[in-house]
Amino acid sequence: MRLFVNVTLGGIAEGLIFASVALGLVLIFRATNIINFAQGAMAMLTTFIAFSVLGRGVGYWPAFVVALACGLLLGGAVQLVLVRPVENKPPLNAVIVTFGLLILLEGIAGAIWGNTNRSFPAPFSERGLVVGKTSIAFSHFDVFIVVAVLVLAGLIGALFRFSTLGLRMRAAAFAPEAARLLGIRVGRLLTLGWALAAVAGALAGVLVAPTSVFSPSYMDLILVYAFTAAVLGGLDSPVGALVGGLVTGLVLAYVGGYLGGALEPIGALVLLIVVLMIRPEGLFARPTARRV
Amino acid sequence: MIKLPPLPAWARLPRQPLLRHLLFAVVGGVFFYLLTQSLSDFNDFEIGELAVYAIAIAGLSLLTGVNGQISLGQGAFVAVGAYTLAELQVHQPMNLVLELLAATAMTAVVGLVIAVPATRLHGPYLAGMTLLFALALPFLSDKYSNFFGGDQGLTVPPPSAPGSIDPQKWLTWIQLFCALVVMVLLANLLSSRFGRSFRAVRDDEVAASLAGVHVARTKVIAFVVSSACAGLAGGLLALSSGVVNTGEFPLSLSIFILAGMVLGGSGTIFGAWWGAVVVVYLPSQWSQSLASTFHFNHLLSANFAVIAFGAILVVVMLVAPSGIQGGFRWLGQHLVTLSTRPEPTGNISVALQHTTEPDQTGDSSAAEQLPSSGGR
Amino acid sequence: MLEVEDLSVSYGAVQALRGVSFEARAGQVTAVLGANGAGKTTLLRAISGLVPVQRGTVRFGSRTLTGMAPESIVQCRVGHVPEGGSVITELTVEENLELGAAWRYRRRQRAEHIEEVYALFPPLKERAKQRASSLSGGERQMLAIGRAVVSHPELLLLDEPSLGLAPIVTANLMAVLVELTEREGITVVLVEQNARSALSIASWAIVINLGSVVVSDRAEIVAADSDLRHHYLGF
Repeated sequence: MRLFVNVTLGGIAEGLIFASVALGLVLIFRATNIINFAQGAMAMLTTFIAFSVLGRGVGYWPAFVVALACGLLLGGAVQLVLVRPVENKPPLNAVIVTFGLLILLEGIAGAIWGNTNRSFPAPFSERGLVVGKTSIAFSHFDVFIVVAVLVLAGLIGALFRFSTLGLRMRAAAFAPEAARLLGIRVGRLLTLGWALAAVAGALAGVLVAPTSVFSPSYMDLILVYAFTAAVLGGLDSPVGALVGGLVTGLVLAYVGGYLGGALEPIGALVLLIVVLMIRPEGLFARPTARRV
Repeated sequence: MIKLPPLPAWARLPRQPLLRHLLFAVVGGVFFYLLTQSLSDFNDFEIGELAVYAIAIAGLSLLTGVNGQISLGQGAFVAVGAYTLAELQVHQPMNLVLELLAATAMTAVVGLVIAVPATRLHGPYLAGMTLLFALALPFLSDKYSNFFGGDQGLTVPPPSAPGSIDPQKWLTWIQLFCALVVMVLLANLLSSRFGRSFRAVRDDEVAASLAGVHVARTKVIAFVVSSACAGLAGGLLALSSGVVNTGEFPLSLSIFILAGMVLGGSGTIFGAWWGAVVVVYLPSQWSQSLASTFHFNHLLSANFAVIAFGAILVVVMLVAPSGIQGGFRWLGQHLVTLSTRPEPTGNISVALQHTTEPDQTGDSSAAEQLPSSGGR
Repeated sequence: MLEVEDLSVSYGAVQALRGVSFEARAGQVTAVLGANGAGKTTLLRAISGLVPVQRGTVRFGSRTLTGMAPESIVQCRVGHVPEGGSVITELTVEENLELGAAWRYRRRQRAEHIEEVYALFPPLKERAKQRASSLSGGERQMLAIGRAVVSHPELLLLDEPSLGLAPIVTANLMAVLVELTEREGITVVLVEQNARSALSIASWAIVINLGSVVVSDRAEIVAADSDLRHHYLGF
């Protein structure tokens, strides 16, 4: 029972990290029909930049802000320079470009910071909280993970739901041509969408780094878990990304907790196969999801 | 523009696709035979690797360029083939031909398991799933290290050469022979009914299904063929590296194969050889000579190949999506106008259409009469 | 006044418009008629910047629209209702209207302009909070027109608003169009296959065939010409 509780709590924290990356994938996919395979690598790069900033002794929170700000800039820049030219090409071109960017960023990070495992600090204690007399596998840092991801998701959700900018972004994503006829500068909004998605990724990067080996490839598995989460949620639903992230986090935590950590990636593969076989449109796909 | 006179009958290429592909294979075989005769053992090894990577790249090229799907985890399928061959040699040694066929078949089955759920839908599912597969596979061999030989891996003795033939040359010939056979088979597949279905699905899934093509099945077949190629490449790779362990198949292997395919020219079988040259020489020889020329520090030299392949993927896709073979085709079109063809459109999926007929060298009427035959 | 001069558009090898010239007078409905594939939709898309123009110019008032991006052309007070309306089905009726007004009005002002649209098309008000995907064909067309007129354009381009609608619904739409032109002095370019109903409200008509203007005349004259009707208009 205690194992179950601990595994569940671990799964929730991890699931929210997947959700954060998945949210970025979904924001980009529903606007441009592209899966950004570089989402994890971009987060890796911004986290390494934060790591360098931390090395100058400025403290955690300025470095945290630097990571998110770099995410914003990097996301926008990637969209403008690399993605815009392939937007109207077959979707495979975009897959290859974002995948190439994944590799390129990992290589560059390796050339600058080395491929060895580093350690990235956490702003709060990673020791388990004490409830009653027993210590549970949920730390202050896990609380921070939950709060940070939910706050960011809430902010992004509020932007989309309640602001005119968000309404424009939704229009640009759902019906680019109709949006242009309503005076909406679709191109700029796509750039902004990539920038926001990269912020969600950058947050995940900073949150994952303290709890895993921190090297240029540390986001690879997180990316594919987030992909699984996004597919589970329906690929174009932000709410689905959150729920999908939680479900994926829990499933992988149970697989890891009861069958052994080495089976987590296999578990994700099985989960993805099962989802595609049973409910290929995902849990929260919007009614007009693109199917053939 | 120069209009060449038609070639005399004896100089024309055969119109039967099978004959034409066999002719190219024989010419290629003679070329490589002479090359191995004139080179040292080490060069033989590299030519063998070249053949192996050409197989894997050609398979991926069929999937991506001809059928419009993509695999980001081709290296993992190579690993499946390699482990299958190694396990067979450990547990159930048999004839090398059977072992290679088993490696191919096993990988095809794994490909089937991946493809069936992913290809029912339109979209990026196959790409994400193959990437997940590539990242997950090494964990399987860690978990069951007794069976997969742990970090040490499994040893694969080189095949014994008949008579007094040098073992390295013998292995290289086996690899070259397999590569040429695969090329002929793929070229014939592409000029068959299946090849037309592959292209139809790539160009427009809805139109293809209206024309009676079973879209999901066609996509699965293309994926299984490309996995089988990767599996055979894996079996052959195991023979030449002598050992199979997870370190041999990092994610970067998948990237190298994809980059080789993109650079060579997606959808062209001949382009696979250009890609293979880069995959074999860039990470080792070219990296080293660049590193010593420009005095890279050790971190940069260690990461140079990865950076280069990442840059290749991005830059080729943005600047010249039809790759090297597409470039040659473009040159060919602009130097000699043989028949009216559309310009290359900067779309990797149509790269094939510009590289289908190898008989560029003369007879325009033959080129027009032959349906697109899927490259050499 | 809209002036189109020598407008040519091609899609690859296909020449969709060949030197089209016409004028649409201010405060009047100009009908653009012709068979399927004649180039009517392309003409509207070229005016609003959705397809690149090969040759020729489009002027509206004192401004030259040719070469401008669609989102900038909108800001010259040009509203375009594409074929099928292209309402954004994932958004609610009100959100669609908000978007139509957003480029011109601040948030507070939008509500009153949206109310004006509701007055014009009462069924939309009942469905304000529903997703546009739940609307009927006629309601979608109302929403599409409402979304274009909520920002008070001076030029309204309408592409087949009657497509797929019942005759009574079409008649209502046409009545609203007349009201709009008379009340607001909007210049309307109305592309229609349903030539009869278009001619009933238009003052001028042009007929396009294979990308060229074959007739340009007063609407009553076009409507009265039985040869023309027989050859190009199908009634």
